[in-house]
Amino acid sequence: MSDHPLIPDAMEPSLARYIWRHTKAQQVWILAIVLLSMPTYFLALDLPKRIVNGPIQGRGFETPDATQTFMTVNVPYTDIVLYDGVELTRLGALALLCGMFLALVCVNGLFKFYINTYKGRLGERMLRRLRYELVDRVLRFPIPQFRKMKASEVSTMVKDEVEPLGGFIGDAFVLPVFLGGQAITALGFIIVQNFWLGALAAGIVFVQAVFIPRLRRILIKLAKQRQLSARQLSGRVGEIVEGITAVRTNDTSNWERSELTSRLGKIFLIRYEYYQKKFFIKFINNFLAQFTPFLFYSIGGYLAIRGSLDIGQLVAVIAAYKDLPSPVKELIDWDQQRVDVQVKYSQVTEQFGVDNMVDAKLQMPETGKVEPLTGRIEVSNLSVMDDSGAKLIETANYSGAITERVAIVGGVNSGAETFIDVLARLVPTTGGSIQIGGRQLGYMPESVTGRRIGYAASDGFLPQSSLEDSITYPLRHAPLRPREDLTAEDEQRLELERGETKLSGNTMLEYSDDWIDYDAARVSNEEELTDYILKLLKFVELDNDVHDLGLLAIVDSQEFPELADSILEARRKMRDKLEESGMSAHVESFDPDRYNNEATIGENLFFGRPVGREFADAAAYNHPYANRILKETGLDAKLYAMGIEIASTMHELFADLSPDDPLFDQFSFFKPEEMANYHGALSRHSETVFDAAPGDIRAMFMKLPFSYSEPKHRFGLMTEELRKAIVDARHAFRDNYPEDLEGAIAFYDPDAYNNASSVEDNVIFGRIASGIAEAPERIRALVLETLAGMGLDDTIRRAGLYFDIGTGGKRLSQAQRQKIGLVRALLKHPDLMLMNRALGGLDPRTQKILVERILKDAAGSDGNPPYGLLWVVSQPQLAELFDRVLVFKDGSLVEDGKPDELKARGGHFAKILA
Amino acid sequence: MSSIMDEVDLLRRVPLFSQIDTTKLKLLALASERLRYAPGQVVMRQGDTGDAAFVIINGEAEVVIQKGQEEQVVAHLGRNDIVGEIAILCDVPRTATIRAAGDLDVLKITKDRFVRLLSDFPAVSVGVMRVLADRLARTTQELYSAQAELAAKG
Repeated sequence: MSDHPLIPDAMEPSLARYIWRHTKAQQVWILAIVLLSMPTYFLALDLPKRIVNGPIQGRGFETPDATQTFMTVNVPYTDIVLYDGVELTRLGALALLCGMFLALVCVNGLFKFYINTYKGRLGERMLRRLRYELVDRVLRFPIPQFRKMKASEVSTMVKDEVEPLGGFIGDAFVLPVFLGGQAITALGFIIVQNFWLGALAAGIVFVQAVFIPRLRRILIKLAKQRQLSARQLSGRVGEIVEGITAVRTNDTSNWERSELTSRLGKIFLIRYEYYQKKFFIKFINNFLAQFTPFLFYSIGGYLAIRGSLDIGQLVAVIAAYKDLPSPVKELIDWDQQRVDVQVKYSQVTEQFGVDNMVDAKLQMPETGKVEPLTGRIEVSNLSVMDDSGAKLIETANYSGAITERVAIVGGVNSGAETFIDVLARLVPTTGGSIQIGGRQLGYMPESVTGRRIGYAASDGFLPQSSLEDSITYPLRHAPLRPREDLTAEDEQRLELERGETKLSGNTMLEYSDDWIDYDAARVSNEEELTDYILKLLKFVELDNDVHDLGLLAIVDSQEFPELADSILEARRKMRDKLEESGMSAHVESFDPDRYNNEATIGENLFFGRPVGREFADAAAYNHPYANRILKETGLDAKLYAMGIEIASTMHELFADLSPDDPLFDQFSFFKPEEMANYHGALSRHSETVFDAAPGDIRAMFMKLPFSYSEPKHRFGLMTEELRKAIVDARHAFRDNYPEDLEGAIAFYDPDAYNNASSVEDNVIFGRIASGIAEAPERIRALVLETLAGMGLDDTIRRAGLYFDIGTGGKRLSQAQRQKIGLVRALLKHPDLMLMNRALGGLDPRTQKILVERILKDAAGSDGNPPYGLLWVVSQPQLAELFDRVLVFKDGSLVEDGKPDELKARGGHFAKILA
Repeated sequence: MSSIMDEVDLLRRVPLFSQIDTTKLKLLALASERLRYAPGQVVMRQGDTGDAAFVIINGEAEVVIQKGQEEQVVAHLGRNDIVGEIAILCDVPRTATIRAAGDLDVLKITKDRFVRLLSDFPAVSVGVMRVLADRLARTTQELYSAQAELAAKG
């Protein structure tokens, strides 16, 4: 597929060559534009002299009505006149020349604008290409490489370290030509005006151009150190984050602090030295730049006084010189930047130019069908060593049909796990050969190994996503169907994006397409796939967990309309059931016209759940719109008065409480450390009326009632009048709700599904009454009963598939993650399942149940062909259930046979079982 | 709806808490949950682990001992009685089932709060000791009379 670039293994060591290779045509184009801009630039320099000498000083206009001819056009190097020009008076000439000057300024500006935009785009494209290539290489790194690299260091390199390259790439060739051209033009101009002044300027430029870069090379070494230390810092910070449990459980936080301090200290010294050198060089540079005008004014002035240089010339020389230092300085800056980015580039290429990368061809996207693996697995004389040269497996031989169901037994470091990982190509072999179905494993494309072989280990990493996306991950091999719901506008935008993608050498595989390979899961559409996933979840005993997650899930009704409809139905049924069983008082429903006593004042006022940050609890009172409504309804003064009462009760109750008392967390309206603040405010303002209170005092007290609820706090502050005022304010808030806040609050509506509440809360649609014993348990039971009665359990499980599993799947338990790993491996109907202690986190009973189920499934069922198992079991007893057992010990395959035979033989296996 | 001040009045009538000043009683009231049980509803079940003690505010409760299938009502509790403190003091399972006999209002004091209360107020500790000692004396008395009864029969 030509749309999918194959990135070469080796990285181009020279940045200049890398840039040239990919942007030749564009660089030449922009060079041409730059050269084209030179004549106007020169003319713009020349014009001031002509304006001063001509119309202003009156040369050639000696008599009042004298005229001159302008804009005569003739063929160069001939006397043929194409255009005679115009005759102009002194004022007319001034107007014409000034007009031309203005026009040239505009043209120059436009040239600059075009060139800068073009360069910026060029740089961004190259940056995009480089980043893509770097991550492409990461995807192909040999697995052992990942043990040497820290994740955060790699991401720093891809994200931060190549960033300055983008700015440089556009300037790589253009800037030296452009600035060099400018400098030479300006210099040339000065020389033409006066040879000696020109020679002086050239001499000083020469000193700058030769001397300064030499000084600057000292900086390179420091820049390298700076980059390396910054990268290591980000690696260390990443380690602290990942290893935070060890830090907290060992009281080593101060060791970490000290380590960090010493690291920051080193970085400080490097950077400080860098800045010292840098500013010293800057000082010399500035001095040289200012030295030249000194020479011009003194020598040029002397020459002008002597009369050997006219004033117009001197003004032009000085004007031209004004333009000289900046290109020279920028050229020197450019050189510095070149050296700098070359350092960065080579540091990055060193890290990403890794040996033994996976051949790019093995990862080619394959949209067609992949034939199943058949035949035998032949492992002969397999040996494996780790990076340090320690033997992990010594000459192992294995031969068996792919469909065999084999248990592998062995302790840690026995070689059992390594054997499985070698078959999964996660560990490179040192010697021997592995063939599957007659093909060398090492040369099989990932489209075969990744689709026909399932792999699950005890510590599978799950990136953050919904549960469903996490489960269907193994079905995303290639874009199979373009999206159908694209508008013409979308199409156009995509087309544009594709053009850019191609120019940046990124893959043309479209991310927004539908990648799910239904065929691989042996289903024909999304609906069937979900059914199949639910079946698998039941298969691995995860269906109840997912049901629970479904009740907690916050689902957008637009994504799952059937759910919303059935839940609304369940809400009504629930209400009836509560009536029937005389439990109506157990739930106080959300009624738009009634104050809900069980909810806080804030919730009663907004009458919905905050979605964005606008009305999240603490900040809600402060929102301008909320403020306006409170003011208009007069509720602000009431809440303020209430806040003062709350604060004084709080002070009375909590003043002597130790700040770590859990009551603070449970009941307090503010943090223990704010107590003194409120005490101070109370002693000064407890008598101040609302209208007289300063703004910050108002805010302090007004925010308190928002989290007040009478049944919880029981300060006895709610009155019928206040309830009514809040409900009135609720209506005002809802009726005038501005459009631009749409979506910031999901309002409670008895006849609508609430997108910001969990499924369970949507069924209950109210607050469970406090003060009734066991009310929460009873209501929960009633919810479950209602949903089950309506046959909604599978729908709830579907909602559970929307559950966000958290970073690294951390919102799931280890056992749940392992089960998900198993579902992922099973989902694609592999021909061979490699299981590396994949169920070690489950209780023994469940492990046995699942092993038995999978063994049965692997033998072929439901019209599905049989598949093979190579399973490193966590409990040796489980191996007895398999057809064949391999026993590993100290890196050797010591026993191989049927479980009964091995037991009878009385060897290792028998001993392990005993 | 009852406010903290109502509950403080109720708590003050409980002999155990009579020594505590109003502020602390308010805090106790705030931290405890007021619950209503319907007739026959179980407040705590014999054999469960205990996480709270209960003060009866209104109504009556039965103390039920279960032996296999059979159950026997061994005592009645009324207003101002405290129950369930043994399980949270000694970390033993509940020794009896408590059931509402009629509408029952209780104040539920969590284990953590109760233990804090004891350590903050020696008077409360002494009061709890007195309750426990009373119960021990009564049980011992009952044991003696039961033994005497047995001896008389034998």
